Amino acid sequence: MTLLSSVPGRLSVAALLVTLTAPVLAQSTPQAGGVANVAIQPEPPGLMLPLVQNAPTQRVAGNIFEGLLRYDADLEPMPQLAESWKISDDGLTYTFTLHDDVTWHDGEPFSAEDVVFSVDFMRETNPRTRAVLAHVDSVTAPDDSTVVFTLETPFPAFIQAFEVGTLPMVPKHLYEGTDYYNNPANRHPIGTGPFEFAKWDRGSVIELDKNPDYYEAGKPYLDKIYWHVIPDAASRAAAYENGTLDIMPAGSVENFDLPRLSEMEGSCLTEAGNEYFNPFAMLWLNNREGPTADKRFRQAVMYALDRDFAKNVLWNGLGNVPNGPFTASLPAHDDSLTPYPYDPDRAEALLDEMGYDGEPVRLLPLPYGETWTRWSEAVRQNLEDVGINIETESSDVAGWNQKISDWDYDIAFTYLFQYGDPSLGIARTYDSDNIAKGSPWNNVEGYENPKVDQLFADAAVENDVDKRQAMYAEVQQILHEDVPLAWIMELAQPTVYRCNVHDLITTSIGLNDGFKNAWIEH
Amino acid sequence: MPYLSLILGRVGKAVIVLLAILVFNFFLIHAAPGDPAAVMAGEAGATDEQFLEDLRERFGLDQPLPVQLWRYMGGVLTLDFGYSYRQQMPVLDLILERLPATLMLTGAAFFISLSLGILAGTLAAMRVKRPSGSLIMGLSLLFYATPLYWVAMMAVLVFSVVLDWLPAYGYATVGAGYTGLAHAGDVALHLILPAVTLGLFFMAVYTRMTRTSMLSVSQQDFVKTARAKGLAPGVIQRRHILRNALLPIITLAGLQAGQMVGGAVLTETVFAWPGIGRLMYEALMQRDYNLLLGIFFFCALLVILFNMLTDVIYRLADPRIKQSAA
Repeated sequence: MTLLSSVPGRLSVAALLVTLTAPVLAQSTPQAGGVANVAIQPEPPGLMLPLVQNAPTQRVAGNIFEGLLRYDADLEPMPQLAESWKISDDGLTYTFTLHDDVTWHDGEPFSAEDVVFSVDFMRETNPRTRAVLAHVDSVTAPDDSTVVFTLETPFPAFIQAFEVGTLPMVPKHLYEGTDYYNNPANRHPIGTGPFEFAKWDRGSVIELDKNPDYYEAGKPYLDKIYWHVIPDAASRAAAYENGTLDIMPAGSVENFDLPRLSEMEGSCLTEAGNEYFNPFAMLWLNNREGPTADKRFRQAVMYALDRDFAKNVLWNGLGNVPNGPFTASLPAHDDSLTPYPYDPDRAEALLDEMGYDGEPVRLLPLPYGETWTRWSEAVRQNLEDVGINIETESSDVAGWNQKISDWDYDIAFTYLFQYGDPSLGIARTYDSDNIAKGSPWNNVEGYENPKVDQLFADAAVENDVDKRQAMYAEVQQILHEDVPLAWIMELAQPTVYRCNVHDLITTSIGLNDGFKNAWIEH
Repeated sequence: MPYLSLILGRVGKAVIVLLAILVFNFFLIHAAPGDPAAVMAGEAGATDEQFLEDLRERFGLDQPLPVQLWRYMGGVLTLDFGYSYRQQMPVLDLILERLPATLMLTGAAFFISLSLGILAGTLAAMRVKRPSGSLIMGLSLLFYATPLYWVAMMAVLVFSVVLDWLPAYGYATVGAGYTGLAHAGDVALHLILPAVTLGLFFMAVYTRMTRTSMLSVSQQDFVKTARAKGLAPGVIQRRHILRNALLPIITLAGLQAGQMVGGAVLTETVFAWPGIGRLMYEALMQRDYNLLLGIFFFCALLVILFNMLTDVIYRLADPRIKQSAA
């Protein structure tokens, strides 16, 4: 018996029953209609993606805003607002031809002027975009549907910069000449995307409606998306189990709940859509002082860590143990490096050799929930087993930020996004020009090696693929030997969803690219 | 006349206490490591010097602390609680948007716990040393000792997941588009689990306190007199024992009522109730100073208001207090 049998949220359950009784033959023609109920955690602070860059905002607002390009699982560019593009042979000129008949959600036409404005907007407000645009000399709009970027020097990673989170399009007619942060449009964001902002009951639900005038014919297929704000992980799991929610994005399910939820009947799990960000979990090792300043100590840490145990026990076997400083999804990854094996004896021998005297070493966990807490306990145990004297210092997110930014740690958990190219995601961690207090995302460990600086700098502007590859291979070998920090895991980003939802993830940024292609079989 | 001056004196003291709380909270919050600019930069996944400076300047965090305090207090005195750094909205708007949901939840829990608690306590007092009385006391001990969080999870598991009688979370059914009475009914259904969960602990406390208090009053001489003059037992229970036993319960109810704004963080989290407790917790995690101070202010205001109200109710319940105070 149910007091709420007429609730529309049950639609998915009904759909599920149909799926179960229908022949197993999966449909491949998209069906229009239906509503997606998705978990979002934590609640985004705002949906104006060009101004608010945190993870939940990107996830929801990727439906509202769009970039010029999308990227497939091999990080190859695909058309979005730009229909086609051309890179000159010298790698200095990028010419984009825009899609015709694109309108903003308020009906105004989208044009090349908007692109030029967006570049300036993002350069002013977003440090990450600022860095990607560092080599850009000029951006011009010769006509309404053409945009030309001219670079000062070749910068092959530049083609990765047109993803919706890095360079979302901002409506010029609403923002030009205004105080961006107090613009009324921030509360009702206007984009060109497949879904429009409809309503936001703070603390409860964000509602997006299908954009009826979307420029790709027939899309999107879904009528509505509801993003349910449920702060407690156990409650989220219950809402998926009882059929209220259809899609649980990465991070909304605690790791210990993953097997239970994904093994439910009609429930699917995918790790796709992780290729662009590819969060890379590391331990910052303070290269400046204390035992961690000694290379032998840092190598000992690598030998002491049982990374496979962490992967299999804490992360349900999802993810990848890296062989060195580059994640396996990067084209420049060097497959020939031998990963540090789990070898406590070698770790102890190295510690003896350096004469480690049991000086206490502080460990700062990442306060991102249960799995991270357990992981820090596992790491602590690994390190204590080889005789390292660990003191755990816990903190909340703001405190963690502060400690890392002030270099007030010995060993600290973190994870970093890769953004599809070593010059965007990896170089920042080792480049000695990038040592400055105040940020938890730069060369926080204080590693300084002129050779490494030079290789990263040259590779970033090298237009020849083979030469670039050779430089990156050399840098990987140096870093692998020096262990400026401990590479512990390439994190998986599992999405759990009802199997009757199709084409949910079609690009390398996964759900962040919006539900343009998603459809529900019913 | 003495009544008026009493109230005026109380209000004057209350204002001073409120201001002192504000100043104290201000320094307490700023003593925590990390500031909103750093948290926001951290979440953006990338940052540079310029970004942090822009943020701090925009939030006024580049000013010395006393200047920031002076500006904040000046704002509060004109009922301007500032801007939430993070949510890009005026603090007062954010609080007023979330306050009704919390007051509905805590108000319902208050009503449930107080009425059922007194009822159960009275029954238990009348049935001392009988199985039904022991059962009531056993249950109240159980509710008193069980962590709220666990009760909430079990309630969801049993009533939502297994039995599917009640909605597991939220304030209203998403996408149902109910209006009027149907909407009210929908909200009421959603309210049942969180309100009962939140009310259980205090219900247990009221039950135990009512019983103890009634038993001690029933030993008093005036109760013997009432019995001796042949009053009906029901009348004695209600008029003579219960009314005299109520004072400690009023004290406790005043305390519970004072917690109505900030006391439901856990319940709101488990049931995804869009109340102010969650807003407070998030503001704390994000070092959203203005929002946090604003919520603290409302919490303090409510505690002070209910303390004053409790004093008034004392006087109504027991006229002797009025005489001694005057």
